[in-house]
Amino acid sequence: MKIVVNGAATEVQATSLEEILDELGHGGAKVATAVNEDFVPAALRDSTEILEGDRIEIVAPRQGG
Amino acid sequence: MPVFYGTEIQSRLMLGTAQYPSPAILADAFRRSKAGIATVSVRREAGDDQAGQAFWELIKELDVALLPNTAGCHSVREAVTTAHMARELFDTKWIKLEVIGHSDTLQPDVFGLAEAARILTEDGFEVFPYCTEDLVLCDKLLNVGCEVLMPWGAPIGTGLGLNNIYGLRSLRGHFPDVPLVVDAGLGVPSQAAHAMELGYDAVLLNTAVAKAGDPAAMAEGFAKAVEAGALAYAADPMDARDMAAPSTPVLGKAFLE
Repeated sequence: MKIVVNGAATEVQATSLEEILDELGHGGAKVATAVNEDFVPAALRDSTEILEGDRIEIVAPRQGG
Repeated sequence: MPVFYGTEIQSRLMLGTAQYPSPAILADAFRRSKAGIATVSVRREAGDDQAGQAFWELIKELDVALLPNTAGCHSVREAVTTAHMARELFDTKWIKLEVIGHSDTLQPDVFGLAEAARILTEDGFEVFPYCTEDLVLCDKLLNVGCEVLMPWGAPIGTGLGLNNIYGLRSLRGHFPDVPLVVDAGLGVPSQAAHAMELGYDAVLLNTAVAKAGDPAAMAEGFAKAVEAGALAYAADPMDARDMAAPSTPVLGKAFLE
């Protein structure tokens, strides 16, 4: 299905947020997520089903002031 | 030394982690700054890049407390969601709350800031609000649960120093028991010393160190400046006066033609 990941149209096979992270190469990485602008805690990724057109944000630690 | 939400920090200097020429220079600057707190952020991560993972390894080695920010957020919802993601990533309740109201000056949206601070405090965060020196705003931030205030010295990244000495002094006078941090706008160590001389508890800066020709040396300069300024404030400085007054005794001076 087609979803939007970090602002870019993306085609994925998986349907749960946890599986999508794995599919996109984030398995085991230190990242945090939001779906359609709402934060999704790591503990809920497995049970969070993603639908066609959903917008996912995947963020990681970065330099800041 | 400053105490933020019950945690005493062994430095009056808080340092950002952005814009350094290299990771090695960042680490060297932190060592010489003796900063006790590093500000960090969250940004989009690509699965084939993993830049954030390398930064995380670097930042763990600094052995400082981490203060994640919501830099770049222009709405309450965006700031709140970013704060939640930061809390999970960095495993801290601390959040440097930025809700930007104007893209030229990067000045806070004070209405959104107060609302986001209220929501996040109710969600269990310990909020460090990046604010202006507006007394009414600061009173509101304290009322919604903030236990520290971080008024700007000048707009972020300008290096203009302390633009409103009266306002900053007034804030110190009105809130003698609240930890106050000058956040943003500092360019050189003398400005940090001045903030300390006003009775502020700490300063937070980034660009002034990261963009210096020698960031590590500038970091040490700021470290010495905040120490000097804090010592001066504690020593109760003399009152300034308009007329000169000789320091050498007049009595006993030889009468010579």
